[in-house]
Amino acid sequence: MAHRMLRIIPEKCTGCMQCELACSFVQTGRFQPSRSVIRVHLFDEQASYAPYTCFQCGEAWCMTACPVNAIAINPDTGAKVVLEETCVGCSLCTIACPFGTIFYNPETKKAFKCNLCEGDPACARACPTGAILYEEMPAVDWMAPWSAKVRSGYLEVVGAGGA
Amino acid sequence: MGGWTGQLLRVDLAAGRATVEPLNMTWARDFIGGRGLGARYLYAETDPRVEPLAAENKLIFATGPLTGTNASCGARYMVVTKGALTGAITTSNSGGHWGPELKFAGYDMIIVEGRAARPVYLWIYDDQAEIKDAGRLWGKTTWETEDAIREEVGVPDAVVASIGPAGERLVRFACIVNDRHRAAGRSGVGAVMGSKNLKAIAVRGTRGVTVADPRAFLEAAWAGKARMAKNPVTGSGFARFGTLATMDPINEVGALPTRNHQHGQFEGVKEIGAGALKKSGRLLTNKACFACTIACGRVTRVTGAGAARYTVHTSRKNWRMAAEGPEYENAWSLGADCGVSDQDAILMANYLCNELGMDPISMGVTIAAAMELFDRGVLTEARCGIALRFGSGEALVRMVEATAWRRGIGDELAEGAMRLTAKLGHPELFMGVKGQEFPAYDPRGLQGMGLGYATSNRGACHLRAFTAGAEVFGKMDRTATEGKAELTKKLQDTGAGTYDAAGLCSFVDSAVGPKDVVPMLAAATGIAYTVDDVLKAGERIHNLERLWNLRAGFTAKDDTLPPRMLSEPPPSGPSAGMVSRLHEMLPRYYEIRGWDAEGRPTPAKLAELGLATL
Repeated sequence: MAHRMLRIIPEKCTGCMQCELACSFVQTGRFQPSRSVIRVHLFDEQASYAPYTCFQCGEAWCMTACPVNAIAINPDTGAKVVLEETCVGCSLCTIACPFGTIFYNPETKKAFKCNLCEGDPACARACPTGAILYEEMPAVDWMAPWSAKVRSGYLEVVGAGGA
Repeated sequence: MGGWTGQLLRVDLAAGRATVEPLNMTWARDFIGGRGLGARYLYAETDPRVEPLAAENKLIFATGPLTGTNASCGARYMVVTKGALTGAITTSNSGGHWGPELKFAGYDMIIVEGRAARPVYLWIYDDQAEIKDAGRLWGKTTWETEDAIREEVGVPDAVVASIGPAGERLVRFACIVNDRHRAAGRSGVGAVMGSKNLKAIAVRGTRGVTVADPRAFLEAAWAGKARMAKNPVTGSGFARFGTLATMDPINEVGALPTRNHQHGQFEGVKEIGAGALKKSGRLLTNKACFACTIACGRVTRVTGAGAARYTVHTSRKNWRMAAEGPEYENAWSLGADCGVSDQDAILMANYLCNELGMDPISMGVTIAAAMELFDRGVLTEARCGIALRFGSGEALVRMVEATAWRRGIGDELAEGAMRLTAKLGHPELFMGVKGQEFPAYDPRGLQGMGLGYATSNRGACHLRAFTAGAEVFGKMDRTATEGKAELTKKLQDTGAGTYDAAGLCSFVDSAVGPKDVVPMLAAATGIAYTVDDVLKAGERIHNLERLWNLRAGFTAKDDTLPPRMLSEPPPSGPSAGMVSRLHEMLPRYYEIRGWDAEGRPTPAKLAELGLATL
């Protein structure tokens, strides 16, 4: 089933942080980029700015790792969402996620991540340059190629070779 | 309460102590923030006759209520102090991420007082504020300092505002640089910081900014953002061409000061303008400050022969990376005003100014003055170590480096053009007002700009009353003096109250005015500001700064322009034969300001502005 997804076009990003401001405002009612689940990395020396957030990957290691099943799929949006009342704050998900896009909030002692704003992502609305789009895209198992590499011993080879 | 955090951090460097105190909310209401609130605190706490580089001078970093919100261009902080270059009150503005980060840590302002016994830096992480040893950082460039501090405190997200070697060596026009390429640039605020032995202020804030009425605030902010997106300047022009877009039109009317303001047009303009930057491949992309939906920043790189020819600095690895610049002002001051048409030289000189921590406007105009002195045989190759000819990119880059480190002739350039030309017996060759060098608009061809320069409280400045907007891009006759007093006052008051005090970038003004900003301010702070209130606050701020300057010893005689502007017309071009007719505008300006013939605010005016007790 195809859901709308966040498509990010880094070439269009100017590094203005409007997405972080919008995201944090939706979550906390404050302009608080430290609580944003979309993060813009400014690679100044390379003249490159890259927003990144959870792309709701098919394999969802956060969900797999959670010992209390506190991460579920919203059937309407396809988003993996944290069930706050179930989450025990163990942080395993933040370690499991290979992309660093699920976070731990020391104030609430819960995990938090992108939930696609119930189907109307604030970051995409706020972006002034069209670098963040919310579009229907074919379901892609983003993790599959990487998983395959892991299973074929790719990492051991890389590790051994020092590359 | 929202908008303001309601707290300031007071840092006593002599005692090595940082304490939190509540913000004076009556002043916050009347002076809003940033430039206004900073000036109010400086007025209350310092003697205007203090030496700028004495320990008694204070250095204030002030944000506005919109800094750190999602209001387009709500990125700004102001550095308020007695300027090392001018001896006048200065309010030097910077963007990037530093101002918002300070708000996120929970402070509207920092007041730095006294002098540390040895080099230190201030590290702020939310509640924790610590004065740390900077012995290891002294002598490092601003770029090296940022990296070194982030590594030392172990917080990669820390945002750093620092001085370079120029600030340490008290170069009169040293600036404070944050995010590598953003600067509180003018009037020598970096020298004041250097005089306090304060190398840097690093901040990490995680707490965020609240607004009093979120719904009303978002509506107002989004409305402003939509207006900016539709406007040809803020919506696309500045993103595509940067502020360099201004260069061609200003040259076309003969108001691009060239070779220390001897001419009004530069023959090499096509080689250093926006088109050349794009076509040459030096422009990599554009970049925004925090919350900015314009993105006028130019991210550039110099490669190949240009890099080989002009690389002078020791930290060579920096030159292989992308950097920022030039803005219109820098491309003009380091370019046209020095007669340099080699874009590589301009870019390298621009990067060097950022890295070493100097204001490129004052640097360029000071070098231009030195070049004219060389032309006249007052300065010689033997004394300068290089032939200081107009048009020489090598001389330009060498002088920038020598000035920051105060080496050779650089030691004299470091005093700024006013002191340099006076020392060498040619004070008439200083192009500026109140000790501060001119920016890139010739007041002979743009009558309004001349009045704005003469009456700006921080010395010659294009941002305090940008009449060129109406005179070149609008409908006003640039050569007429009628209506310029009214226009200048209006722009000064609007800018002070609406953008400079609120924490917005003044570049929003093509699309967004007081009517758009006031609903944001009201919703953020919970105070029912009206447009009148904010314009009145702007007038109050301008008058407060004026009072401070009068007490510092400035008089109406200082509201003037160099003799070249008043009696020496450009020899050719569309502004040929014209001089600034300041005398036709200044009395009218004093009159509508409610000032007497000596330029002093009348008691009635001060009472009207609530400044009677000062």
